[in-house]
Amino acid sequence: MRTGKIPHWADVTLVPLFSVALAFAISAVLIWAIGESPWEAVKLMVEGAFGSSYGWGYTLFYATNFIFTGLAVAVAFQARLFNIGGEGQALLGGLGVALVCLYIPWPHWSIALIAASLGAALFGAAWALIPGYLQAKRGSHIVITTIMFNFIAASLLGYMLVSVLRVPGSQDPASPRFPSEIALPKLHEILGLVGIPFSTVPPVNIALLLGIAMCFAVWFMLWRTRLGYQIRAFGESEPAAQYAGISPVRITIYVMLISGALAGMMAVNSVMGEQQRLVMNAVEGAGFIGIAVALMGRNHPFGVFLAAILFGFLYQGGAELALWTSIPRELIVVIQALVILFTGALDNMVRMPITRLFARTRRAG
Amino acid sequence: MDVATIVQVLESTLRLATPLLFACLAGLISERAGVFDIGLEGKMLMAAFMSAAIAYVSGNVWVGLTAAVFASVVLSLVHGVASITFRGNQLISGVAINFLAAGITVVVAQNWFRQGGRTPSLSGNARMQRIDLPFVDAVRDVPVLGPIYTILSGHALLVYIAFLCVPLTWYVLFRTRFGLRLRAVGENPAAVDTAGVSVVRLRYGAVAICGVLCGLAGAYLATGLSAGFVKDMTAGRGFIALAAMIFAKWRPWHAMGAVLLFGLLEAVANRFQNIEILGVGVPVQAMQALPYILTVVILAGFVGKAIPPRAGGWPYVKEH
Repeated sequence: MRTGKIPHWADVTLVPLFSVALAFAISAVLIWAIGESPWEAVKLMVEGAFGSSYGWGYTLFYATNFIFTGLAVAVAFQARLFNIGGEGQALLGGLGVALVCLYIPWPHWSIALIAASLGAALFGAAWALIPGYLQAKRGSHIVITTIMFNFIAASLLGYMLVSVLRVPGSQDPASPRFPSEIALPKLHEILGLVGIPFSTVPPVNIALLLGIAMCFAVWFMLWRTRLGYQIRAFGESEPAAQYAGISPVRITIYVMLISGALAGMMAVNSVMGEQQRLVMNAVEGAGFIGIAVALMGRNHPFGVFLAAILFGFLYQGGAELALWTSIPRELIVVIQALVILFTGALDNMVRMPITRLFARTRRAG
Repeated sequence: MDVATIVQVLESTLRLATPLLFACLAGLISERAGVFDIGLEGKMLMAAFMSAAIAYVSGNVWVGLTAAVFASVVLSLVHGVASITFRGNQLISGVAINFLAAGITVVVAQNWFRQGGRTPSLSGNARMQRIDLPFVDAVRDVPVLGPIYTILSGHALLVYIAFLCVPLTWYVLFRTRFGLRLRAVGENPAAVDTAGVSVVRLRYGAVAICGVLCGLAGAYLATGLSAGFVKDMTAGRGFIALAAMIFAKWRPWHAMGAVLLFGLLEAVANRFQNIEILGVGVPVQAMQALPYILTVVILAGFVGKAIPPRAGGWPYVKEH
């Protein structure tokens, strides 16, 4: 990647910030064009997402989803693989969670949480394994196969919900409810232990801590283990990595397994933590938001964490906006698209004025 | 199954294949020139909305069609600026365009019509009218020929244009100088550049044609196949078109075969909820997933390898 003559810190902070500023500016013009006040919209969104512990709860709940899917995309990007299949992998992860929670009677939520995480990771990883294998061994383009696997996953889940898991006699394509004994503790219960009051309504739960733990785990894996070094080397230069004895087949398959497992684990938050049953639209586009989150977070777990909070804010703020104004929730999809466009595709354009700015200050200094 | 049912399913196949065919040829031309385009879905969606919205306001479907093509070309040019001029990641740009369309169509539709992100139903001249081929009533009862002629008759103009685009695309790609250069720019842009032909101009040309065709696909979807725009109405058709393009290995005539096959699958899935093949019940979801599964199989090279244009996906950087 050509980073021009700007220092690394500027590349990882200024470029994403400038991209987001551009995306927000264009969205503000759109809000103004449909006859609403951009300033009022921002106020409503900030108030709705951060103004109360209720708002914070939802913001963090959405952010948890995006941490998992963002990490999934980021790990793959580190190896220069574009895993666009987070959506399908998360759907399959949901299936894994549902099977674990429905068919095995767990004595306590903590054991169920570990089992469900493993189930979700296993199903997500399995769904990413096939595109990974096909890319590594047969050279099929991973972007196309993972897109196709998103659709196949949706069909598979539709079949499972309509014909296998559906409650007998119900018209609703959804699984039965999970037993209430294994309901995950919500954030207000955890914070209550140390005496911090928090809204009891939002579905934010212990999976948030799992997500943060995964950020550390991914950081450790990428920068402190041999495998992580190989992944990054492979991403920097495939021929060089190959020359150093790193097997492209092995790395591609490992990366896709890890990526799929992370995407699948999103289901622990949404399926086990919130809905407590499996429904058709359990993922609601979070797999795709992972792309924006990874791009904004510059494929670094800490960046992913911050970007996930930003998108959590956008989703909760957007919901409030739709509630109080005539601006529909889809405005957030526009912002998300613009963030992807500026950080991922037009990054050279965004970088240009910053490069120029640095060149000028250097000449002056 | 009687003849009438077969005729109905095949008529519906032609209609369902039409937007796929436009989008598939659009992707084919763009990728032949070395620009990957997974934003077909978004361009179609944008065009579908614009055609329905403008057709409703003006009462004229052709005004709507013009607006659709314009909107789709604008998105194409965004893709061009990102992937040709600024040498960005073409796949990410495509993803962004899909989301941009998914969001903006609903925001604007809600603002203009206040019907929950859809346009009002179209009727009369705001919809594409069916065209009955001459003598269709006279030959209806002729055996064999009659049903075939009936299947071909009674579609909107764009259906016929879509199928005429197949030989046209073939001719342009393989029998004209522009087509030769276009294919060359997708295989070896450096050679084209050395010959003194602008790589950038050729690629922009291909991307613009792609936009026009996606515009027609979307317009047919909203004003021909349906009577108005609803949220996310493309429902993955852009990706099925992409699948068809790979299935056809980037060749126009094969593309027609692929979209007819996928159109038939959709028509059958729409018509029958349960299908039995050799006594085994096939769930409708399996029918829906089949185009995607077939594409994965083809891409994996188990049934003849699909090899994309060699320079596809890579921005061209001129040597200094």
